[in-house]
Amino acid sequence: MDWTMWVEWIVKGFVLCLILLTGFAYLTWYERRALARIQVRVGPNRAGYQGLLQPIADAVKLIFKEELTPGHVYKVVFILAPVLTVVPSLVLAAVVPLGTSFNLFGREITLYVADVNVGILYLTSIASIAVYGIVLAGWSSNNKYAMLGGIRSSAQMISYELTLGLSFVTAIILGNSMNMIDIVNEQRGLWFVVIQPVGALIFWIATLAEVNRAPFDMPEAEQELTAGYHAEYSGMKFALFFMAEYQKMIVISMILATLFFGGYLGPFVDQVPLLGPVYLFAKVIILLFGMIWVRATWPRIRYDRLMSFGWKILLPLSLAIAFITATGILLADVLNNQLFFWSIPVVSIIALLVAVAFIYRDLRRKSHGRI
Amino acid sequence: MLLEYIAIGVMILVATLIAFIAIGLGGLFGPKKPSAEKDTPYESGMNPYGEGTRRMPVRFYLVAVLFILFDIEVVFFLPWAIAFRQLGLFGLLEMVIFIVILLIGYVYAWKKGALEWE
Amino acid sequence: MTGAQIIFIVVALYTLGSALMVVTTRNLIHAALWLVSTLFGVAVTYALMNANFIAVVQVVVYIGAIAILFIFAVMLTRKDMRDSGPQMNKNWWLGALVAVLVFAGLAFMLSGWSGFSKVAADLPSGFDSVSLLGEALVSPQAYVLPFEVASVLLLAALVGAVYVAFNRK
Repeated sequence: MDWTMWVEWIVKGFVLCLILLTGFAYLTWYERRALARIQVRVGPNRAGYQGLLQPIADAVKLIFKEELTPGHVYKVVFILAPVLTVVPSLVLAAVVPLGTSFNLFGREITLYVADVNVGILYLTSIASIAVYGIVLAGWSSNNKYAMLGGIRSSAQMISYELTLGLSFVTAIILGNSMNMIDIVNEQRGLWFVVIQPVGALIFWIATLAEVNRAPFDMPEAEQELTAGYHAEYSGMKFALFFMAEYQKMIVISMILATLFFGGYLGPFVDQVPLLGPVYLFAKVIILLFGMIWVRATWPRIRYDRLMSFGWKILLPLSLAIAFITATGILLADVLNNQLFFWSIPVVSIIALLVAVAFIYRDLRRKSHGRI
Repeated sequence: MLLEYIAIGVMILVATLIAFIAIGLGGLFGPKKPSAEKDTPYESGMNPYGEGTRRMPVRFYLVAVLFILFDIEVVFFLPWAIAFRQLGLFGLLEMVIFIVILLIGYVYAWKKGALEWE
Repeated sequence: MTGAQIIFIVVALYTLGSALMVVTTRNLIHAALWLVSTLFGVAVTYALMNANFIAVVQVVVYIGAIAILFIFAVMLTRKDMRDSGPQMNKNWWLGALVAVLVFAGLAFMLSGWSGFSKVAADLPSGFDSVSLLGEALVSPQAYVLPFEVASVLLLAALVGAVYVAFNRK
């Protein structure tokens, strides 16, 4: 352990944080432009070429806003809450490999902060810490809307965390490791999304709920809760919540790309390692567009339906998916027959259709029963 | 292995630093014009009444209890998921038994209406 | 002293300090937060002992689930969280005395143990504790019975929680 190592860690940490911060700023621009396109508008296009300076203008505006700490709040926790929200969103990215490694002045620089052999479990643990920021923001604001929003949001997050954990299990079963780099290398032949499309879909839905994105943006329900847990926040502290949401969107797309879409893999990535981050970036952009698209198309789900969807549909479905994957791989191993391996996607899609049929039946029954 | 954790620790410190710098920037450059109105809780413009924090429904607590139980199940799942290829069909069967026992409780909770939000 | 020892001492002091704050702070939510900080310190201690899996599970289960339940429980029971009333009763010195005695007794007993002052050997490279744990959990030679019994225990807790909360219907 020499001092160059410390320098490397600090530099890597800063660079990763800066990447995410820039990503956050331009994701807001990307989202506004894409949403505008979908709604046949133009979107922000005044500040700089195509509105590219808009995020900087927004940041400057937020810095010069009044940093209001109302008198009725619990001060320490009130300031701690946005920090506790934003730190996990940054730290989450530490185990995601952006690429393999490259040489810089004769020193091998790996394109990830930490190569932990329990990488996936690390992700679940950081995701579970993220609940604190929201529940504490709701509580410390000492405001009815904030309190309701905070509790609702945290109950939603912990409910969908189970599904998230079980989707991680599916990825571990497919990759036969908890190490993110091993999982990426395992996908050299075939992306896991081909073997387990339903697993990827469930993971994506669960992460949408984890980051409180539409259609699961219950805590922010403007009509009923006037922005929920951050109703009392303003200025930079509000910006931190905003930042955390968008950074989590980016990181979660990175994780989804890593676990199911081959991560940094792509043509010629072994010859030119610096292509790795480029491929990952392209995949993330596409996945982020999916999130924006969902926001533009889907209305918000009612809270009771959201909770029953999480507990009654997604949880059993993700359990079933994990077992289908494990059984398929084992049968293919034991009986030495690839047919069982290829039955995994088929059976999974059948399971998904059964789940959809359940939802459909339930919704129909409800609408016939009343009114 | 320890080195990787120190790297994560450094990253946590860096992230915390950035968060506090952001808040500090706002406090440094933002105007400060306190007024009595700004100090009151926001309740859509009405005069606030009663306590800000009130007792929450027991339902949320129950969700947290259910969450703990299933979270432990997921935690048991993870090491099994790594080792299950070596364990073969016997390991799979063990896991199925484990889950089926828990599913009894899940079905009970469903039937009792613990998963309903009316 | 080696670097690892210094890190250990810092982490241990941090954990103990947080634990002290849990019992002395007035506000219940603050106490819960200090508890989270204590649990995090314990997780770091596990990581220092190369027990990766246990360290992360400590965070997932204790910080991510159980401490959240505590916070929910506080919000459920207390209307006003600005707590008043004394933190200590007049027998506090008795509790402190018992704590010191227990610590002294444990330290005395452990100092007689041959492994007390040994330095742990490095793990062999390629040692995958998680995979071994997974095998041990479901192998009949190891922990398959406790593993299945744990599931029954979870079932009992689940049924109990639902019964207590929903029996009035």
